[in-house]
Amino acid sequence: MPVKGKIEWISGPAVKASGMAAAKMYEVTQVGEEKLVGEVIKLTGDIAFVQVYESTSGLRPGEPVLGTGQPLSTTLGPGMIGTIYDGLQRPLDLIAKRAGSFITRGVTADSIPFDKEWEFVPSVKKGDEIEGGSILGTVKETPLIDHRILAPPSTPKAKVKDVVKTGKYKIDETVVTAGAKSGKDYDLMLYHKWPVRRPRPIRERLDPEIPLLTGQRVLDTLFPMSKGGTGAIPGAFGTGKTVTLHSIAKYADAKVVFHIGCGERGNEMTEVLVEFPELIDPQSGRPLMERTILIANVSNMPVAAREASIYTGVTMAEYYRDMGYDTVLVADSTSRWAEALREISGRLEEMPAEEGYPSYLASRLAEFYERAGRVDVLGTPERTGSITLIGAVSPAGGDFTEPVTSQTIRFVKNFWALDARLAYSRHYPSINWMSSYSGYIESVSKWWRERVDKDWLTVRADAYGILQREDALKEIVRLLGPEALPDEEKLILDVARMIQIGFLQQNAYDDTDAYCSPQKQFIMMKMFVQFHEEALKAIRNGIPLSKIRGMQIIAPMLRAKFAIKSEDLGKLEAMSKQMLDEFSSISVVQEVKAA
Amino acid sequence: MSGSSSGLEYSKVAEIRGPLLVVDGVDRAAFDELVEIEDNEGNRRLARVLETGFGKAVVQVFEGTSGLSISGTKARFLGKTMELPVSEQLLGRVFDGLGRPQDGLPEPVAKAFLDVNGAPINPERREYPTDLIQTGVSVIDGMLTLVRGQKLPIFSGAGMPHNMLAAQIARQATVVGEGEEFAVVFAAVGVSHSDASFFQRTLAESGAIRRSILYLNLADDPAIERIITPKVALTAAEYLAFELGMHVLVIITDITNYAEALREISAAREEVPGRKGFPGYLYTDLATNYERAGRIKGRKGSITQMPILSMPSDDVTHPIPDLTGYITEGQIFLGRELFRKGIYPPVYVLSSLSRLMGPALGYVIKQGKARPDHHQVGNQLYNAYARAVELRALAEIVGKSGLTGSDLRYLQFGDEFEQKFLNQGYDENRTFEDTLRIAWDTLSVLPENELTNIKEEFIKQHYVKGKSTA
Repeated sequence: MPVKGKIEWISGPAVKASGMAAAKMYEVTQVGEEKLVGEVIKLTGDIAFVQVYESTSGLRPGEPVLGTGQPLSTTLGPGMIGTIYDGLQRPLDLIAKRAGSFITRGVTADSIPFDKEWEFVPSVKKGDEIEGGSILGTVKETPLIDHRILAPPSTPKAKVKDVVKTGKYKIDETVVTAGAKSGKDYDLMLYHKWPVRRPRPIRERLDPEIPLLTGQRVLDTLFPMSKGGTGAIPGAFGTGKTVTLHSIAKYADAKVVFHIGCGERGNEMTEVLVEFPELIDPQSGRPLMERTILIANVSNMPVAAREASIYTGVTMAEYYRDMGYDTVLVADSTSRWAEALREISGRLEEMPAEEGYPSYLASRLAEFYERAGRVDVLGTPERTGSITLIGAVSPAGGDFTEPVTSQTIRFVKNFWALDARLAYSRHYPSINWMSSYSGYIESVSKWWRERVDKDWLTVRADAYGILQREDALKEIVRLLGPEALPDEEKLILDVARMIQIGFLQQNAYDDTDAYCSPQKQFIMMKMFVQFHEEALKAIRNGIPLSKIRGMQIIAPMLRAKFAIKSEDLGKLEAMSKQMLDEFSSISVVQEVKAA
Repeated sequence: MSGSSSGLEYSKVAEIRGPLLVVDGVDRAAFDELVEIEDNEGNRRLARVLETGFGKAVVQVFEGTSGLSISGTKARFLGKTMELPVSEQLLGRVFDGLGRPQDGLPEPVAKAFLDVNGAPINPERREYPTDLIQTGVSVIDGMLTLVRGQKLPIFSGAGMPHNMLAAQIARQATVVGEGEEFAVVFAAVGVSHSDASFFQRTLAESGAIRRSILYLNLADDPAIERIITPKVALTAAEYLAFELGMHVLVIITDITNYAEALREISAAREEVPGRKGFPGYLYTDLATNYERAGRIKGRKGSITQMPILSMPSDDVTHPIPDLTGYITEGQIFLGRELFRKGIYPPVYVLSSLSRLMGPALGYVIKQGKARPDHHQVGNQLYNAYARAVELRALAEIVGKSGLTGSDLRYLQFGDEFEQKFLNQGYDENRTFEDTLRIAWDTLSVLPENELTNIKEEFIKQHYVKGKSTA
């Protein structure tokens, strides 16, 4: 018997209702005559505090509050890919069809179509043993995604009693019936539900040893991410957070990508919607939208739904992980999510911690990032999947010591710090190579050594060493000017600048440069490191720096990133050779002169 | 505001606290409901419900509570949220900060009544903005290109010419090839009489007043009214854009006064403050205004927003500019040093940005509707100017003798950029072609091989030989 109470008090998204003694924590409720969606977040006596996911304008005390008995849940089944959802998993195109161009409230919409028929190909047969998480069969969701139909994680060990034949089925038709030892029969369909605030169970966590390739040189080469890893991108406004996140969403070598626009700009979601269907995934050659799910709860949409959007997204990602796929979830921005927590907490008159944020901010962040990982998933057959979680952080005033940034750093392995100074000189991605770090360099180096080049780790260290030395020298230059340095140190400044322009800077809007393959990344990096080695030798042999600065090869080296495509590696090798030749020729001329 | 008096009975006031009234004996007031307050002399003011429970409501009085008493004040709940009567007759008119006529003419005839809070545009229904606006101001057109449907604020400081720049843009803005004029909705939020009349005069002189609507809440008008003025203006703009199909430029000045009014109410409600005493929901609140810019699929019009905010002590990390920058699609940043040098407009490009410029240019260049070198030239100007500014600081310490030959070229570039590209007249209207020509002229002070952001074919086409050795 669902709870029925009535509204006592309203303040913005927070509503107090009486007669709610039987309500459960996090139960979904229908608030008011218009049945606005809400969730119980605090219970005292028979009073429930409900956070309402839609605008409460016009709501009056005395209106009814109805419990549904259910926690906030996602509907998981085929039909999600390519959709843009709000924070409660309602498809925004359906909302538009029902309510027009502006979002009104009280609109209901199924998360996935119940009337569509899917071609289901069973992979189990009568007598097979199945359990929670087992694959029952597949549905071709998009040309890119074989949607593996899973037994809900709560299914006990059971024997298949009945399976339908290959054919067209709606998502709520029973396709497999299985009998458990208890004698109970389970009717399994193409979809099931799962509460958003409860992580889906797994079998075992694995080491993060496979890199998540993004085609972004500064990330893949200098600060690599691993599949199943966690990372934060903090940066003041205007530092290119969104462009960087979009690049990751576009080019990451994952099977399914989730992009959560959490309290950000409406036009940014539109940009993804316009761009992704036209962009071709470099790995599969198919439109990117065929592997992407968007969740948009932009800044002027109700704040409570912003809080939920993060959980909705990660639960959907866990579902695709459970199929045995690598998934990536980018959340832009976790700071706006934290602000939603703060706003609701303030309305409940909870005791605030730092800057008004609730004291449970840290534990909520930790819980969220713990849902990342590369894992052995439940069920038969055995398989692994992963979720990589990347969260943008928008520190107030660009100050990394503020609560959300400083708490996030505790729970993520990768830290890609965006730098306003770099952004102002249009060095994009404006990731500061001195303050950023990756916790996965060692663990992914095996992959690079085996797949790309055995020297990856040392060449990377050489390139990074040049950048570190430049940073130290810049202090001296600031005081004395560059002319005060000896030639070998001036060379460091020159080569570091070449690496910054020719390697670290990457143009997300250039067709060739936007994505850089791991092989191209390695050859480019090696070319700059070799240039430094050769130039150093030359200087030690008495060749003036001015001569090295005047070399013909420098300009083409700096333009190689957009002049040479990832598939034309031969041209890059040729360029490296040309560079070595030019070094020999200037040395020869020098020797002739000396003679 | 329509003064219909069909509401419920009067209720008693229990407490007056700053801009807030606590009203007793209310029968089920709705959240956000409009309230009419009557003092003991029969004068009326408007108010809005902030919190409501059985028998009790907290309301916020737009015109302030000064002169109200507990015994003599009555509140009447109007049974609706705040609505603005709209029609094409709004054009050419002047209203106060709550939308009541101020030009001595009667209330315009309403075609519709719209909730001033608006509703979020469904992101799925948004049309991505790609039409470049030519403002005739080189620094904006060349490096911070404005796009129809964008929200691009001016970050300024006390005494700087933000109003001049906004007025120049309002006068000159066109979309190349269409020649269609913008309707201008101007909202003055707590600004001085002289600032407001400057806009009024500029719009009148250029004849733009016929297609303008002015909402004026001036410095001596009630402070609490300020939190509704931008919403009223944007509601009118939405009607013009999405019902009448007009392209609307909304100028709101000064957002800082708006945020301060919000802080006053938050303090009166004894809410837990965030940074600098501003409420924790300042971001969300600002977003509900700024996000009311854009385009909608299948509708002709657009709303381009240009809010102006004066940064307290020129501090960009202050919560108001900081949170604004996170919501808007870039910012035009006015620099104190350039202003002191006498350069107009004193736009400090290194702190400025137009987020829509890259994607929009990418799109229109593919369609052949913009010069293919435009984006790369813009980036190169940024890079080179950033280098020049860095070297100026260095030259101050080590002197010019400590710099190399190419460093000196950059210093020269920096000066030419400020004097020729940035600097222009208040009445000077440059085309995109003019702007790019001046840009190439300035860039040609640098040797060709320094132009690493630009493809070789464009350098061959536009680079002015000989300047870099002169």
